[in-house]
Amino acid sequence: MNPKKWQGSRIVFNIAAYIIVTFAVVASIVPFLMIISGSFSSNASIIKYGYSIFPRDFSLDAYRMLFLYPKEMIRAYGVSITVTVVGTLIGLIIMSMAGYVLQRKDLKYRGQLSFFIYFTTLFNCGMVPWYMLISNLGMKDTLWALIVPMMVNAFNILLIRNFMRGIPDSLSESAKIDGAGDFTVFVRIIVPLSKPILATVGLFLALAYWNDWYHASLFIKDVTKWPLQFKLYQVLSAQLAMSQAGAENFSGGTLPTEAVKLANAVVATGPIILLYPFLQKYFVQGITIGAVKG
Amino acid sequence: MTAPSKPFRQRGARSLHFLPFFREISKKKVLYLMILPAIAFFMLFSYVPLVGIYYAFTNYNYAGGLFGSPFVGLANFRYFFNGGFNSPVWMLTRNTVLYNLIFIFLGNILQCGIAIILTEIPGRIFKRFSQSAMLLPHFVSFVIVGTIAYNIFNYEFGSLNTLLKAMGMEPVNLYATPQAWPFILTFFNIWKGLGYGTVIYLSAIMGIDQEIYEAARIDGCDIFKEVRYMTLPLLKPTFIMLVLFALGGIMRGQFELFYQLIGRNGQLFPYTDIIDTYIYRSLNINFNIGLSTAAGLYQSIFGLITVLVSNAIIRKTNPDSALF
Repeated sequence: MNPKKWQGSRIVFNIAAYIIVTFAVVASIVPFLMIISGSFSSNASIIKYGYSIFPRDFSLDAYRMLFLYPKEMIRAYGVSITVTVVGTLIGLIIMSMAGYVLQRKDLKYRGQLSFFIYFTTLFNCGMVPWYMLISNLGMKDTLWALIVPMMVNAFNILLIRNFMRGIPDSLSESAKIDGAGDFTVFVRIIVPLSKPILATVGLFLALAYWNDWYHASLFIKDVTKWPLQFKLYQVLSAQLAMSQAGAENFSGGTLPTEAVKLANAVVATGPIILLYPFLQKYFVQGITIGAVKG
Repeated sequence: MTAPSKPFRQRGARSLHFLPFFREISKKKVLYLMILPAIAFFMLFSYVPLVGIYYAFTNYNYAGGLFGSPFVGLANFRYFFNGGFNSPVWMLTRNTVLYNLIFIFLGNILQCGIAIILTEIPGRIFKRFSQSAMLLPHFVSFVIVGTIAYNIFNYEFGSLNTLLKAMGMEPVNLYATPQAWPFILTFFNIWKGLGYGTVIYLSAIMGIDQEIYEAARIDGCDIFKEVRYMTLPLLKPTFIMLVLFALGGIMRGQFELFYQLIGRNGQLFPYTDIIDTYIYRSLNINFNIGLSTAAGLYQSIFGLITVLVSNAIIRKTNPDSALF
């Protein structure tokens, strides 16, 4: 009709769009810049000028302090890595097997089993009976209390099941004619073809394990078994509790300095930032698979 | 039954009922063995603890345990429900539901809007970069989110107060200002979920047939009309579906967000306490097992109802998307 009008509205739209998106991008990134720049500042400048986006001076004191006694940090890293790797692996094995079985159409009790698993997302006993059970099982103050509770969940099983449903039956049929059993079919044919969904679920799980502080706060009193995020929380909460309680006359010398706290935050998030380009790509793929398949 | 004197037919008739079950299991042993770990997991961690709901009716002590502690009937519930508009249950339910309503509606609107914008604007690299940037908050733990909030709002060194002082204004102590927190919590919730939701809406937009846009452009449709009369109506089902699913979980609060930002700051509770934080504190700090179980049971039952209602609505509007 009128190409000029079309162009005019385009320009208005694009300007508004770039402003909105830029604002969202800045809001997403700036807080991280603040943490990083704070961790490279001297404590004195933070106390004098407050936090800022760009460091007012450059100092490695915070990191030097953090790695003065590196044992604690290395131990927390060890706990986080162990929990993440072991939990993700065992979880993936259990959930992929369950997902495979649940999509087998020749299974008579498929519906009942699916419901048995699905029902757990509809109704649960609440946190306390679950907490008491894990305590009574003797898992308190062991790494199992960090690994086991998050290992298996209904949502991920259904995600895997839905993906495996899309794999043509003819592939497993031909293997069965060659004499392969159900488990062999699963390992040799289904698992290799399900790599995208297994990578996605693995990534979801690993991220949840790495960022978990909640289970440690409930079950782990032993300082040597604190994962990275909970250690970070402890370092931060000393100051946080003070400020939240509004106490201002509490400036003891034993409290970690502002810069050291931020260095802690950087070290605890480091691996995620380093792996980010890789994580991000698979993550976007994964969400898309989940969204399309329901 | 195994006594040889029993007539054969009776034995057969008795076991006949279980026969198909055992036959099915033994025929597909391997399959049932493969699903056994998952079933055992849910049995142990989801079904066995249902017995523990009984804690809600006891005044728990460690010596007595689950069945040895004194039975108190509905006393825990009475405490939880007592006081009309001042009762814990009213305040917590109001906060949980209102926060979730804001999070769900505002979150979905913004995610949908950003997704539309990202598909319309030119510049591949800018799009890629902004999508990655917006997804970044999703990857960090809530401990970090708490740190960030503290960095900004901290009374002494926070960047907000640094800014206010630089402009010659009085610094504010937000950790003593409850009214501010609904806005702060909403901001951080939106902030953390924006990238994730945008990806979902982007994949829905990808599913739209591009030819209709070509046709509309030839007909002289401008960009605003294009979004208003084509993209938005086509995204409406996705939007409604995501909102309905989220509404099903309206009784489940964003525990990590609230606990990391507010912690134990009692001053802020009237505006910020949700069911999940209340239960956590009752258990982990006050050790009131009976009360926290009762609160949890209330949340679970109410939560079940909301899921069932939302699913019933979904089934009516779009049967294919219904969960069950």
